[in-house]
Amino acid sequence: MNSIGIVKTQYYTIDENIKLESGVEFSPVTVAYETYGTLNQNADNAILIIHALTGDAHAAGYKSKDDKKAGWWDELIGPDKPFDTNKYFVVCTNIFGGCSGTTGPSSINPNTGKPYGITFPVFTIEDTIKIQKKVLDYLGVKSLYSVAGGSMGGMQAMQFSITYPDFVKSAILIATTSKLSPQAIAFNAVGRNSIISDPAWNSGDYYDKEIKPDRGLSIARMIGHITYLCEEAMYNKFGRRLQNKEHYDFNFDIDFQVESYLKHQGEIFVDRFDANSYLYITKAVDYFDLENKYGSLENAFKLTKSKFLIISFDSDWLFPSSQAKEIVNTLMRLNKDVSYCEIKSPCGHDAFLLEYDVQSKIIGSFLNNHIKGDNNG
Amino acid sequence: MDNHYTQSKGLHVNYSLISEMIENGSKVLDLGCGNGYLLELLKKTKNIIGNGIEISQEQVISCIEKGLSVIQGDIDEGLKQFADKSYDYVILNQTLQSVCNPEFVLDEMLRVGKKCIVSFPNFAYWRIRFRFFITGNMPKSKVLPFEWYNTPNIHLLTIKDFFEYAQKHNIKILQGIYTTRATVRKGIQYNIFSNLLAEEVIFIISNKN
Repeated sequence: MNSIGIVKTQYYTIDENIKLESGVEFSPVTVAYETYGTLNQNADNAILIIHALTGDAHAAGYKSKDDKKAGWWDELIGPDKPFDTNKYFVVCTNIFGGCSGTTGPSSINPNTGKPYGITFPVFTIEDTIKIQKKVLDYLGVKSLYSVAGGSMGGMQAMQFSITYPDFVKSAILIATTSKLSPQAIAFNAVGRNSIISDPAWNSGDYYDKEIKPDRGLSIARMIGHITYLCEEAMYNKFGRRLQNKEHYDFNFDIDFQVESYLKHQGEIFVDRFDANSYLYITKAVDYFDLENKYGSLENAFKLTKSKFLIISFDSDWLFPSSQAKEIVNTLMRLNKDVSYCEIKSPCGHDAFLLEYDVQSKIIGSFLNNHIKGDNNG
Repeated sequence: MDNHYTQSKGLHVNYSLISEMIENGSKVLDLGCGNGYLLELLKKTKNIIGNGIEISQEQVISCIEKGLSVIQGDIDEGLKQFADKSYDYVILNQTLQSVCNPEFVLDEMLRVGKKCIVSFPNFAYWRIRFRFFITGNMPKSKVLPFEWYNTPNIHLLTIKDFFEYAQKHNIKILQGIYTTRATVRKGIQYNIFSNLLAEEVIFIISNKN
């Protein structure tokens, strides 16, 4: 497989004050980002890739020669891959409020010399993309050939096409929604509760403490992972199989493989993620509601000028196809140029990080055709 | 199984006949657009603005590969995402006989399209009648190659049936094109010989008034 090779995360600090949707003004913001490929002369071959809830700017390639693990969307980004770095200038940034290089609750507040903790301002999805836009401006990007993301990344991509209609030529929205269902909000709420009720969370002030709210955060992650799978995926992956044993232990240790999997996911997550970031980002996702924000979905998309490709997965119950279809139907009603595919997959919501064959075909052709096959203008 | 009869021989004749009916630059919605062949043809020859709806994932992917705008969806669920008269043409090519609720689909087409193009295999075609008469089995033909138990064609109809339907439902037949293996005949009145001799038919229809 062609790889972009060794990549380096870079940082850009925005000097100006950023006015957040809540009215709060905030600065300074440093954004971690990676770029692959070269920006062309017209500065119009850029594609912004946006990560999901707990992702980072490292979307493709390797961090060093000995790095075994490629970036999170390496299957789709690289030379001759759908997001072809021979043709496109691919940019990925870490989300505002995150903990992988971009300013977030774990960053040091220059006024106090201490981490922000929960004095960090609550932000929205639109806030996060406005910050991404500043990075693109800094990089000299004049227009986006495409913006693409899955799950929360899809929400941001959608918002990008709405906030910057003249800047975005196409948007690829994968396994995403214009607003979370109450069921999805409920799972996020349980995750947040699990963090907040961990005594070590200490009202968000734990950065200099020996014990961090790892317990709460790992349980939040376990809940998350349940929602990323589906019944079929769980049967395929674990069934009722026991973990390294043949009989029940008749105690409360781990018996089942599925228990072991969730525990493992929880444990490795706390090493790379900040509990406060989890609170803030899930809140931004819960608040995201285009209907509420613009009065109706029609109003939200009315002024968009991009071509849309929308992909959902039939076994995804967290961001179900019915929600994707609502967006598709709205865009059709508005006479926007939209294509939609519901991919058959047994993988649940996680499919956008697993089902690469079909996604590659669809995304690759969509990008190849979308200028020459210009349709509804 | 390729269920919309897209492999039959009469195919290209059918496509070019439909293409001839459409004015340059029209806005076209193709229901059950399959691999997008017709939409692509119309884009090339008639410079149309086109959208397709197709139920099969594989076919949707071939459409996207052709650079077409296509929505994966089930036309039996209706066209509620489309405003009244929002397309110049809504096409239902060789699909009417395989939808679950033809009446609803036709109503929806006529609501959304200023004009509609409907084509289907004529079940009153003499070879079909003859085969049925002789063998007593459900007839098969080049355009209807399936067995009774695996056919997607669950609402087969004849030219006569369609004329009667149009009359009852206040539908105006703007043009009828009746094709046999050798000839093409046009006419907007019901003709008993067309019903006997035509293997396929294409109608352009609209709401009366």
